[in-house]
Amino acid sequence: MHFSGFRVIKEALTGHKGWKPLWRNPDPQPSYDYVIVGGGGHGLATAYYLARTFGQARIAVLEKGWLGQGNIGRNTTIIRSNYLLPGNEPFYEFSMKLWEGLEQEFNFNAMISQRGVLNLYHTDAQRDAFRRRGNAMLLAGADAELLDAAGVRAMAPFLNFDNARFPIKGGLLQRRGGTARHDGVAWGYARGADMRGVDLIQNCEVTGFRIEEGRILGVETTRGYIGARKVGVAVAGSTGRVMQMAGMRLPIESHVLQAFVTEGLKPVIPGVITFGAGHFYVSQSDKGGLVFGGDIDGYNSYAQRGNLPVIEDVAEGGMALMPMIGRARLLRSWGGIMDMSMDGSPIIDRTHVEGLYLNAGWCYGGFKATPASGYAFAHLLARDAPHETARGYRLDRFARGHVIDEKGVGAAPNLH
Amino acid sequence: MLIPHPLLGLRDAQEFTYLGDARLIERPDGMAEGAEAAFADYVYLRDNPAGVHRELWFHEQGDRSWLVVTRDTVTHEIIGAELARDVAMRGKGGAT
Repeated sequence: MHFSGFRVIKEALTGHKGWKPLWRNPDPQPSYDYVIVGGGGHGLATAYYLARTFGQARIAVLEKGWLGQGNIGRNTTIIRSNYLLPGNEPFYEFSMKLWEGLEQEFNFNAMISQRGVLNLYHTDAQRDAFRRRGNAMLLAGADAELLDAAGVRAMAPFLNFDNARFPIKGGLLQRRGGTARHDGVAWGYARGADMRGVDLIQNCEVTGFRIEEGRILGVETTRGYIGARKVGVAVAGSTGRVMQMAGMRLPIESHVLQAFVTEGLKPVIPGVITFGAGHFYVSQSDKGGLVFGGDIDGYNSYAQRGNLPVIEDVAEGGMALMPMIGRARLLRSWGGIMDMSMDGSPIIDRTHVEGLYLNAGWCYGGFKATPASGYAFAHLLARDAPHETARGYRLDRFARGHVIDEKGVGAAPNLH
Repeated sequence: MLIPHPLLGLRDAQEFTYLGDARLIERPDGMAEGAEAAFADYVYLRDNPAGVHRELWFHEQGDRSWLVVTRDTVTHEIIGAELARDVAMRGKGGAT
């Protein structure tokens, strides 16, 4: 079923009787060539690119609950490629380029809206650091503009420019950044994968790996044993739990990150704005709600809910940045489990088990990476070689000393 | 969250900063055979359990003691707390 304007008109004239479910709901086959564990954004994107770009067949995605019910369904929807380090920036720019063509490619409305991402700076030192970051972005083929205070004021006059402690001196703007409809991304990839023959198997929890002589044979699940030539794991916050079944300890801690949305308001915030003197970022959804967030809670957690002190901290950041936010009423808050890695950068790599592959460590920045993560993981699964933009994301980089630490805080997952 | 400090009673978790897994107390011997691999494990690898977790909290806004807090990472329930010093001494087989 191809979606188009013509199709909408045709369905409108024929009583909307032609719409079909977006994907099948198949029972698992006894074996597959590729089994992807995790039916979230990254897992679905991996299956999609495996089938579409790398032309592989007999692929299944195993999801313990419903498709897209994890972090792809509970994030703050920001897409951007404004990283500094050479191990990261080309990868995220590759992701940005995939975002730009995504809706046409998978024929689904993911509401990709390139309204700009503006990172504010408040000191001369921060300005210099942002100029360096902007130059790194330009070198990797991304776009970046350094704005002064007048430039920021023209875009967002409602900000608290003359805060005594944190005056706004300007900002680093990436105009191609913005937001996307997070569920739409999952559904688009799921539908695209299903159309190319991928079996999306829901309510099928992986309970163990069958490994013999260092080689993967398949996975034990709540719906029986499923054989597989290659198994790729993309389970974000559950990575520790799943990889433990393959006898692995990882450079990852699971932490809870909270996010917030207000009642619907008239359009006020252009694009995404981040506070440079505290951890606070905000955008406005198409429904009008202000979507915002800040730091992770900072302690190991699998609870999918956080505590009040971080809510207070985020609200303080919001009030310092744009005092008018105090008039908006908070509609709801929620938490998701982040796979915080030891250097704040992800892992896309083989494991010590032949045929078992790992995609993890996305910290709280996995959403923007969804297309490139899926693409690079599919590349690794299909060709047994890393994608050129993901060569740094090796599992052994920690022991070798080749960490990719954007913030330079060392092996402290709760500080990244 | 309230942390039952062994000396000060129930204290707000906001007074503490969090370090991580209490196994960080067991620092490998830097002069031993295979110290490089042991330190790579020590610095970077974690058990990251879903369930009971023993972890180091520093009472930064309080008496500046290190605690080993036992906490459930699925429910956030705090099961107990003791001075990290006592845990470390016990680990070395010394008097507590």
